[in-house]
Amino acid sequence: MSKLRFGVVVFPGSNCDHDTFHVLRNVYGQDTFYLWHKDHDLNNADCIILPGGFSYGDYLRSGAIAKFSPLMKELQEFAHGGGLVLGICNGFQVLLELGLLPGAMLRNKNLKFLCEHVHLKMENDQTPFTNQWQENRVLRIPIAHFDGNYYASSDTIEEIKTNDQIVFRYADREGRITEEANVNGSVENIAGLVNKQRNVLGMMPHPERASESLLGSNDGQAIFKSIIHHLTHSLNYS
Amino acid sequence: MIHKKILEEHKLTEEEYERIVELIGKEPNITELGIFSLMWSEHCSYKSSKAHLQKLPVTGENVIQGPGENAGIIDIGEGLAAVFKIESHNHPSFIEPYQGAATGVGGILRDIFTMGARPIALMDALRFGPLSLPKNKTITEGIISGIAGYGNCMGVPTVGGDVYFNECYSLNPLVNAFCLGICEKDKIFYAKAEGEGNPVLYVGSKTGRDGIHGATMASAEFGEDLEEKRPNVQVGDPFKEKLLLEACLEVMNKNLIIGIQDMGAAGLTCSTTEMASNAKSGIEINLDLIPQREEGMTPYEIMLSESQERMLLVAKKETVKEVQEIYAKWDLDAVIVGQVTSDQRLKVIFEGITVVDIPVQAVVDMCPLYHRESKVPAYLESQTKLDPIPPPEDYNGTLKKLLSSPTIADKQWVFRQYDHMVQINTALLPGADASVLRLKNKKFALAMTLDGNSLYTYLDPKTGGKIAVAEACRNLACVGAHPVGVTNCLNFGNPEKPEIMWQFQEAIEGIAAACRTFNIPVTGGNVSFYNETEGLSIHPTPVLGIVGLLRDVDKSCSPGFKNTGDVIFLIGKNKDEIGGSEYLKFIWDMEKGQPPQIDLQTEKQVHKVCIEAIAKGLLHSAHDISEGGLAVCIAECAFLGDNRLGCTLHLKDRIRSDALLFGESQSRIIVTAKPENKDALVKIAQGQNVPIEEIGTTGGKNMTVYHNQKKIIDLPVQKSYTTWKQAIPDHFKAR
Amino acid sequence: MKIRVLVSYKDSVLDPQGQTVRNALLTMDYDFVKNIRQGKVFEIEIEALSDERIKQVIPELADRVLANPIIEKFTWEIIE
Repeated sequence: MSKLRFGVVVFPGSNCDHDTFHVLRNVYGQDTFYLWHKDHDLNNADCIILPGGFSYGDYLRSGAIAKFSPLMKELQEFAHGGGLVLGICNGFQVLLELGLLPGAMLRNKNLKFLCEHVHLKMENDQTPFTNQWQENRVLRIPIAHFDGNYYASSDTIEEIKTNDQIVFRYADREGRITEEANVNGSVENIAGLVNKQRNVLGMMPHPERASESLLGSNDGQAIFKSIIHHLTHSLNYS
Repeated sequence: MIHKKILEEHKLTEEEYERIVELIGKEPNITELGIFSLMWSEHCSYKSSKAHLQKLPVTGENVIQGPGENAGIIDIGEGLAAVFKIESHNHPSFIEPYQGAATGVGGILRDIFTMGARPIALMDALRFGPLSLPKNKTITEGIISGIAGYGNCMGVPTVGGDVYFNECYSLNPLVNAFCLGICEKDKIFYAKAEGEGNPVLYVGSKTGRDGIHGATMASAEFGEDLEEKRPNVQVGDPFKEKLLLEACLEVMNKNLIIGIQDMGAAGLTCSTTEMASNAKSGIEINLDLIPQREEGMTPYEIMLSESQERMLLVAKKETVKEVQEIYAKWDLDAVIVGQVTSDQRLKVIFEGITVVDIPVQAVVDMCPLYHRESKVPAYLESQTKLDPIPPPEDYNGTLKKLLSSPTIADKQWVFRQYDHMVQINTALLPGADASVLRLKNKKFALAMTLDGNSLYTYLDPKTGGKIAVAEACRNLACVGAHPVGVTNCLNFGNPEKPEIMWQFQEAIEGIAAACRTFNIPVTGGNVSFYNETEGLSIHPTPVLGIVGLLRDVDKSCSPGFKNTGDVIFLIGKNKDEIGGSEYLKFIWDMEKGQPPQIDLQTEKQVHKVCIEAIAKGLLHSAHDISEGGLAVCIAECAFLGDNRLGCTLHLKDRIRSDALLFGESQSRIIVTAKPENKDALVKIAQGQNVPIEEIGTTGGKNMTVYHNQKKIIDLPVQKSYTTWKQAIPDHFKAR
Repeated sequence: MKIRVLVSYKDSVLDPQGQTVRNALLTMDYDFVKNIRQGKVFEIEIEALSDERIKQVIPELADRVLANPIIEKFTWEIIE
């Protein structure tokens, strides 16, 4: 079986680029390469990952300056053409700023940076990112962010729900969606969502930090293995 | 002759001034004087401490670089080197907690990547005043978010550290930042300006008037504008530093530069003179070429500015273009500002005029050293005497109260603000005895910890110094690692006071003795004197940062109980020692008595037992006994397990119950093992002549302790866990 | 020329930072404080442009870059 091609975008200030690269290449054994934000070439990637970090220091708003990077033009075309795009943490924030996903991020409700393992309930296994899901499993994956308090207007939320776009919600370890489990104050406990076409996923938790048992959790594998499964089998979710 | 007042402003004595005149063969102008004042300051010259620091062992087979460079370097095998250092940023963190702490982190990171190493871990030793005072809360919150703000943005995990609370830090918080980086052994870079005619480049942020000490008075005397009074606070720009990090590592990886030095404290002055001094060369720079953020800066201000996120580097003539291209790729300018010369002088040009022309050796190496007077402090006699105290009536209540002492309570409120997982190497998360970092594709791993109990050092600096080293090594042993190198940060009061100097000398002797026993080299560190506010000094606070190696990353050990029915062992021996304990301090409000005594040889044997037992896979958990004693140690083992597993202990020592439960005798580790591994474990201990005793079993929902058949503690684990967990966050609930 | 752009959260968006500042003020007995919304100020030095051009480009750049229209609104003025 030939390897899939994963492109990891590097913005100035990205800092989970090496982690994502390491995991895709050494844990999942895929053909992985960096994509420099100033370039105009996606290098025939099958899947593009916008990694976590502090692109441009998060100085204006998280992801706000990165969206003007030259490479984002090609990324948008790729996404509109159905290519798989995964935005993790800061990558999710960039996808929101780009308008590839609906909504925006506010400061965490406790106004502090939060780094810890959280539990996620998977709400939709009919996406390229979650098809390898095991029934009723609750995932334990770390978060690390200051601006992860997801916000969208009530109309947008209605639309997201009607289209089944919510993929992950913050939950307790039994998978119950509670106020207490909502670490950062997100609307509807939203931790990750896809676009209507299901080919773009943004999520605040870091699946690359939960891909090796030595680090305390393997649960991020569900996401990467789903992507690999989807791409090797060209699945259809409509 | 320069006016006396100006000398005072520059913290130079008349004798020092005369020496300067003699060394440079002329009266210095104000810029030259400023340069000497910076380089001959306590901070840069170690003039009061050098004579004593020489007692520390600094050599060893594995030492690649000892004290004197930006950071120490230890060979860790398989072609890799660990580059690490700790440095204080106490005073700036008091003035402006967020920025002070942030720039402290920025500075230590630069120290590491300047040497060609990619920083992989940060830790911080923090000392705060009691949280009951609103001012201390503000300082605590500011410092922690400053550390988080900088480290998180840089993508370097802050994997741990220690936090203590004591009245003596009330207007004197301590922020000691530690950083460790990894590089290939044959790709280390030094601060050296070699090769006559080679270009000197300036990279990074523009220069502003940040942190210029004493500048206003001096310039006033020289008839310049006094209106420009600037605060001393430097503002950090972690994003810029992240770009600097990536760009510097790229030029170093491609071997395009000869030498590099960070412009942290003492800025251009320090970087130019040190780079030239190290290479026995000279440097000539033109200040008109220095990128400047503000208008009308004088040579004095440019040379003394402490603007952050700047680097000075020496490239080869033929590589300078490629160097500049790499920096441009990272949106940074690398500007040629001068060249290397051979005359061993620092020459500075400003608007076509030579404004500085001095021999670099005079600046860097000729500062007078002081053997300051020392005297046993008067407080010792009364403080070390401990009158008998009545035993507590309610041991359950006493333990619960002790668990809510901020020094003992859970620190997750702190650690969750730090990104402690980025770079995906953190195999043992903060909260364990030591942090463990895997090295990708290697079997061995690194462990690291910071320690320093200032209550012990206050009551007996020498013993306190020994214990600081011993406890750090014990923490490493608890995760299965053996120590390989030490960095220290020595925080003390005013060294011109003989009592402070005595504390300093004694503490160093203690540290040196312990390092020799454990056979670990000190590869550098930092001395921070003058930690006093309104004449009140902090307790002497040496902080030890010790790095260890773990042979097999899959065999690390953590403190939490794992399974019901495991046997609990005490490695080491309980003693009747209650002096200097957190129990006396928090419950009885007394900082009194003799601190626990320590036999370094015994301590070393205890570590050997623990490390061997972990390596053989015999242990399910290991946790050292420290602040709060045996009772708190056991409670933490219960809290840190996944299911808040309880335990039952039967203690038989002929010691008063309070001393047994809460005394802080050294050289003790609590471990658990499966019943079938009991004999193997006992055999290892006997082989090392270390006392070992089976004291209980894990299981149930309560923590129960019998002393000579009498039940003295019986607490539900979950409930005490909440007390321990919430103690610090409760102080910060909406005001 | 100098333009000042003020960006703040829309009224419908919760502003936890503003609320925290308000709570702090209340505990300090500034009990007349009813509400606080925190925002950002941008002071932009520009080449002299015609009034008409300014009216076109300033809102444009504020909308595209300085503010995120999903959560933020802005106002602007010429200050010099």
